[in-house]
Amino acid sequence: MQSKDFSKAELQKRTVTGPDGVEFEVDPMRDYFCEAPPTVMPPAYIKIVEDLFNWARAESIWILGFGTGCGAIEMRPLMTPRFDAYRYGIQWRPTPRQANLFVISGYLSVKTLKRAIRSYEQMQNPKYVVGLGSCTINGGMYWDSYNTIKRLDDYLPVDLYITGCMPRPEALLQGFMDLKKVIRAGNAEGANRYAENFAWYKANQKQIIHDWDMPEYSW
Amino acid sequence: MHPLYERLKHLFPLDEVTEQRPDLLFVTLPREHLRSLLLHLRDIEGFSHLVLLTAVDWIEEGQFQLTYLLHNRPKAQDIGVRIKLARDSATMESIHTLWPTAATYQRELREMFGIDFPGSPGVEEDFILEGWIDLPPYRRDFDTKKFSDENYNHRPGRETHDPAEYMKQQLYPNGL
Repeated sequence: MQSKDFSKAELQKRTVTGPDGVEFEVDPMRDYFCEAPPTVMPPAYIKIVEDLFNWARAESIWILGFGTGCGAIEMRPLMTPRFDAYRYGIQWRPTPRQANLFVISGYLSVKTLKRAIRSYEQMQNPKYVVGLGSCTINGGMYWDSYNTIKRLDDYLPVDLYITGCMPRPEALLQGFMDLKKVIRAGNAEGANRYAENFAWYKANQKQIIHDWDMPEYSW
Repeated sequence: MHPLYERLKHLFPLDEVTEQRPDLLFVTLPREHLRSLLLHLRDIEGFSHLVLLTAVDWIEEGQFQLTYLLHNRPKAQDIGVRIKLARDSATMESIHTLWPTAATYQRELREMFGIDFPGSPGVEEDFILEGWIDLPPYRRDFDTKKFSDENYNHRPGRETHDPAEYMKQQLYPNGL
């Protein structure tokens, strides 16, 4: 293994002249992101309130529209009238800030994993991750590929897996129903697991992402 | 013989010719004549479209084979131009001045096969792989399975069956 220099010009510290002519220094890796690591969100003060919150969370699952592998193709029939997931309070959102469910829809190459990590970290708490298809579980048909990960739960906290290659839209609907049960039981604590084991997740991520050119926590 | 070959063979030292189909011809020639042949094909024979540029790793012979596939739209005809180059520190002249799109293929070949094209725009940049630290992955001496085992965690419990044996067991458990 040779060591390479992965530093990128756009991430270096530089001096910028603003529209009013004032010069100031910009450090993209520090100035655009919050450096504080994620924190564990404690449950509400009494159980009945937490249960109410969990009921509300389960009834408004907003999915981040980020298709990572071939599984993304199953999302289209799911969101259109044929299977119509919207009737269950499930809808798709264009940005991570508006979403609370990240469906990893298939294989993740290392390059996509980088973007998936950043998207996941930008999502608001409480947030959930569903791994879709056998690729996210054990690599699936890409188990001996040089560029795809095999175990999604080493890099992101997964709340639920849906098996199949590909799972049909019906299987996804069933998976979402199961996820609702998990959320209502108060067991969908992926975001807290991520915060608790932040160092472990980061170590796993950095082990395979060799050109780490992003902040520790993208928030 | 192919009429196109009849016209070309007096002008260029063509080594080996394969007439795949009436509309698809493959010719091989020494690498130093590549540029003049491509120019001739583009400007005189009307092969205006570079369809693809790809490589084959002949590891036993210590050579890379580059194939430049050109298309002549009015005549609906293709020609593949093959050259061989040494596998060790493989370097080839860039043809991005003939077809600007070649730069993208050359960038890919540099990343996936480690064939360098000095002067090609952006050839130094990462193309598909980001932060690659091992041998270029399309080289045949790169062991995909080994690399995967070393770098990515496997989930235990994965079973592999020989499909024929497995189905025989399933369908005829007491023997045939």
